[in-house]
Amino acid sequence: MIPEIGHFALILALCVAVVQGSLPIYGAAVGSSTLMSVAKPAARGQFLLVLLAFCCLGYAFAAKDFSVLYVAATSNSQLPLHYRIAAIWGAHEGSLLLWVFILSIWMVAVSFFSTHLPEAMRARILGVMGLVSVGFLLFMLTVSNPFERLIPAAFDGRDLNPLLQDPGMVIHPPMLYMGYVGFSVAFSFAIAALLGGTLDAAWARWSRPWTTVAWCFLTVGVAMGSGWAYYELGWGGWWFWDPVENASFMPWLAGTALIHSLAVTDKRGGFKAWSVLLAILAFSLSLLGTFLVRSGVLTSVHAFATDPKRGLFILVFLAVVIGGSLVLYAWRAPRVGLGGGFSIISREGMLLANNVLLVAALGSVLLGTLYPLFLDALDLGKISVGPPYFDTVFVPLMTPAIFLMGIGPLAQWKKTSLPELATRLRWAFAVSIVTALALPFTLGHWTPLVSLGLLLAIWIVTTAAVDLRERLAHADGSSLLGRLAAMPRSYWGMVLAHCGVALFIVGVTMVKGFEVEQDLRMNVGQTATIGGYTFQFDGTQQYKGPNYIAARGTFRVSQDGRDVTVMYPEKRRYTVQNQTMTEAAISPGFARDLYVSLGEPLDDGAWSVRLYHKPFVDWIWGGCLIMALGGILAVSDRRYRLAWRHKEADVPAATQMARQTVS
Amino acid sequence: MNRFLLPLGIFVVVVGFLAVGLTLNPRELPSPLVGKPAPDFSLPQLHDQGKVISSNELKGKVWLLNFWASWCDGCKVEHPVLVHLAQSGEVPIYGMDYKDQRNEALTWLREWGNPYQVVAVDESGRVGINYGVYGVPETYVMDKAGVIRYKQIGPLRDDILQGKILPLVRELQNQ
Repeated sequence: MIPEIGHFALILALCVAVVQGSLPIYGAAVGSSTLMSVAKPAARGQFLLVLLAFCCLGYAFAAKDFSVLYVAATSNSQLPLHYRIAAIWGAHEGSLLLWVFILSIWMVAVSFFSTHLPEAMRARILGVMGLVSVGFLLFMLTVSNPFERLIPAAFDGRDLNPLLQDPGMVIHPPMLYMGYVGFSVAFSFAIAALLGGTLDAAWARWSRPWTTVAWCFLTVGVAMGSGWAYYELGWGGWWFWDPVENASFMPWLAGTALIHSLAVTDKRGGFKAWSVLLAILAFSLSLLGTFLVRSGVLTSVHAFATDPKRGLFILVFLAVVIGGSLVLYAWRAPRVGLGGGFSIISREGMLLANNVLLVAALGSVLLGTLYPLFLDALDLGKISVGPPYFDTVFVPLMTPAIFLMGIGPLAQWKKTSLPELATRLRWAFAVSIVTALALPFTLGHWTPLVSLGLLLAIWIVTTAAVDLRERLAHADGSSLLGRLAAMPRSYWGMVLAHCGVALFIVGVTMVKGFEVEQDLRMNVGQTATIGGYTFQFDGTQQYKGPNYIAARGTFRVSQDGRDVTVMYPEKRRYTVQNQTMTEAAISPGFARDLYVSLGEPLDDGAWSVRLYHKPFVDWIWGGCLIMALGGILAVSDRRYRLAWRHKEADVPAATQMARQTVS
Repeated sequence: MNRFLLPLGIFVVVVGFLAVGLTLNPRELPSPLVGKPAPDFSLPQLHDQGKVISSNELKGKVWLLNFWASWCDGCKVEHPVLVHLAQSGEVPIYGMDYKDQRNEALTWLREWGNPYQVVAVDESGRVGINYGVYGVPETYVMDKAGVIRYKQIGPLRDDILQGKILPLVRELQNQ
């Protein structure tokens, strides 16, 4: 009964979505305020219906209702409750439901936080989101219904894929989807603005916080996925340039470009058509990611069971949504007009260059991801594109982008004098170069790439310090603390996010440059030393988990004769699917991770063992978290908080001017 | 051309490729061994440990080699297709029990039926390495000279059997 209620709720949600996607947009076109006012209650109603469906599926999992096909396929009576709940998004049908659920959360958020928007704008935004929702609800109800019954019911379920039985599974997909789907808001703002022909600075100001919040979620989501792969797959890598990883990374690049381009549109009125295009692009890439994962056109470690019918549905949906938006763009964008002119050496110029580099990097990732498909479609053979390609194209594109990242915030809008900029930055440059050249020597060995990485990281931090010092010198207030507090939060957000990038670069550089790895056979009692740490293998014990049996190894780690920690890597065999999993043991630290994973059992209790010493690896994810924190800080800026309460026009013009000059 | 139409143009091309991509199977990998002599093997038989089955004995006829294991789910999926083919008697099928336990394999065959003329035991997976096995099940078509003519990765489906393998077998048998 409960699953049928869920199914019925989805059908009702589809009806509501159709209404939400048609009447308000039509109402905005003909200027009927009655029709436009349908948008808000429709969005909220749809949210409640999808929430009901989501709870119904959750109930089916919690109650172990194996007469529901999806529940029987992705869970098992032995599976602990939290993983049964996480199993809602453990496979195709349920993760679509999560997609729609999160879309409806964003719609409700828009309906509550859009009181300051003109009614037509709000109606169009919610209408466009309703249309996106129609597509996904139709997809679920036609070819991927999570509530489909299995009659007769299965005696027990086939269990969740052991790879997914991990705390990461509980939190990573929702985070990632919050980001993916969050770009639908920026997308809807852009489409609404194109429809209404009101593509102006106000539009950019309204879009900015939504874009930033979605970007924060996506940053955390991608970082968590990477961290999860690091500790779960058992071979110590943190990024593999797998098609599905790329599918999450491309919207991130587009979103990063969009945040910066919206800043120019907001402050200077420039880059309008470009910002709109990026907003369309960011969401299109989210949809493309969904297509790549679901349709099975590419091989990937993440691919769900694939079905050509589903692939076709998403492709048609993709063609309608993205194709339609791009037609609208080609039709409306030429009339938008240009913003104020600027010289190449100016903040606009640098942000533009940064945008071009980010989009070029995005294009090269997209090309690398789709290249095997292109060749195959043209019957030119089967290839796979791997990390060497991506590393080769990505680093040269990102290096100038990061160099500009340091200068951009110091440049003035419209026109900056290059010699003056050079004078202001000469100390930052000198400090960066000297440190980057000298530091690797003190760490052991010097390689050009390590120096380059450190140079970029230090450059970001030193230029930010120069910028902060100059701003403090010009700020009002007597005490240093008062002047620091006077800086707007959006500025601190930017500084923090940029420093997050620096930390990330340090992590990547140090791991690539100084990581030590050893594959060896270890007998019981034998020791091995890497990176100054001595690992003693004390053998393995069998033990039984809730739905698996495991061999747990014991490694005692010491440094200079002092005990540091004891590590317990495991080799688990999940009994239902008869799959073995490697659970690596990780001892995290501020400046290094120790990582042990068990390979295969050999004779006499010996095992093949893999040991890693990974300096600064946690900085990779720490950097991402700090980027996201920067984003949150920027969104909490005073002018947005004010904007929720008043229309911007209510604020005195002088105050507005003052704010624009500081940030 | 209008620069505002450019994104649309790129998108149309990408969608075209994606549409073609849907009709292709990325898991269908060409094997470098197709057209080359099949690697020799000489292994103990599953049903009679004392006897050996060698690839040299099979020269002079067209035959199928099927890598399977009792622990493999895909093998269960393709099994009815193999049993049906064995009943038709069109082509002899030889099994290769890949990295498996002998008693589990025997139980499996008793339960689901035995389509194989003889099953060889590749306990260490060494022969599988020589054949470049990605994962079980895999099926090879050998001609009379012992040359690999076709390789199927993953479960054998009836449409592949009828559309590709059987026409090929008949053609090879008539040579």
